[in-house]
Amino acid sequence: MSEKFTIEIITPDKTILKTEADEIVIPSYEGEMGILKDHIPIITFLRPGFIKVLNDKETTFFVEEGIVEFNNNNLLILTSTPKELSKIDKSSLKSLIEEAEQKISKESISDKEKYLLNYKIDTLKSIN
Amino acid sequence: MPSLDDLKKRIKSVKSTQKITKAMKMVAAAKLRKAQENAEKGRPYSQKMQNIILNLTKSINDPSNAPKLLVGTGDDKTYLCVVLTADRGLCGGFNSNICKLAKAKFKKILSEEKNLKIITVGSKGLDQIKREYGKYIIKKFSFKDKKQISFNEADIIGKEIINLFYQKEFDKCLLFYNNFKNVITQIPQSQQIIPAEIISESKSDNNNLYEFEPDEDEILEDLLPKNISTQIFKAFLENAASEQGSRMTAMDNATRNAGDLVDKLTINYNRSRQASITKELIEIISGAESL
Repeated sequence: MSEKFTIEIITPDKTILKTEADEIVIPSYEGEMGILKDHIPIITFLRPGFIKVLNDKETTFFVEEGIVEFNNNNLLILTSTPKELSKIDKSSLKSLIEEAEQKISKESISDKEKYLLNYKIDTLKSIN
Repeated sequence: MPSLDDLKKRIKSVKSTQKITKAMKMVAAAKLRKAQENAEKGRPYSQKMQNIILNLTKSINDPSNAPKLLVGTGDDKTYLCVVLTADRGLCGGFNSNICKLAKAKFKKILSEEKNLKIITVGSKGLDQIKREYGKYIIKKFSFKDKKQISFNEADIIGKEIINLFYQKEFDKCLLFYNNFKNVITQIPQSQQIIPAEIISESKSDNNNLYEFEPDEDEILEDLLPKNISTQIFKAFLENAASEQGSRMTAMDNATRNAGDLVDKLTINYNRSRQASITKELIEIISGAESL
């Protein structure tokens, strides 16, 4: 019996990915989370990080935020900013880091935002 | 009876108008394909979002503690109406249909002696509404310079609405837009976005209990504002497709009408030409006879 389940990554504009996978690792709000077949139904948030889709090959996406629903062996990721890792170029990466660092240096941001931005910077830096 | 010269001029002018409408129709057809694709691709996101929220609401036990965006303020004194229209004209009844629907609603709201606030998006709707309801308009948006509306624009409007909501500026928010059904049919629609109106779909088979991380309330707090932007974005996409569809049909009709008109004018022209020739002949013959 196949150990695969379906995954969909949807943005407001279009469906980015619809395929089957063996395992998916998502950067959930409270930590990385690996999802296998027959996971219990769950709804959770994403923080900035990588979505890893593991089937015959490995595909990685960078996301900043999003919401995840797993139900009936169907993983649904709604996010407005997924970027496939192999398609990010160095210069846009740099500007993203700078932008995030500028934001974090402001004093007016809340703890929650700070937490998220820290993750964003760390993740972006780890791409290199 | 117009002179031959006048007729000739009119035929020429109608023909050039026909050329313009024909070109506009082609442009609209090309744009329509893209807009339609976008609208169809954008549908799953908003649908799934609604679904998740539906699942979340099911698991909320204490409605009095639920986020205000979901359950509303409990009042319905002030209505905020967001009217989405196009920035360009020449698209048949597209803009007027939305405005007609919106105006009917405005009238009802006012007759129930409730407060009315209006936000317009797109300049054509503004023009139509400000004549009668100008004093109720609190904000106007226009994205004329944008070639294609992206999620960012929807987000700007969404955030603005949420801001107003937290400032207790209104109790209920309605969205007016055209729903794209197919090229010929676009249905003007009003959708309530605050408090969130969750349309429960027939397939409520998943009575599974979800695990939430973090808990339901926190997820809802974050998700509901996003949902508003998403719904607005969906409305944008539907509207864009409807606009092009509507324009295409309107321009197609205009082209055909221009063709009919040219035919009619040409017949007229030929008749008058023949009449003047006949008249001249009669004159010559009767002149020759009298000699």
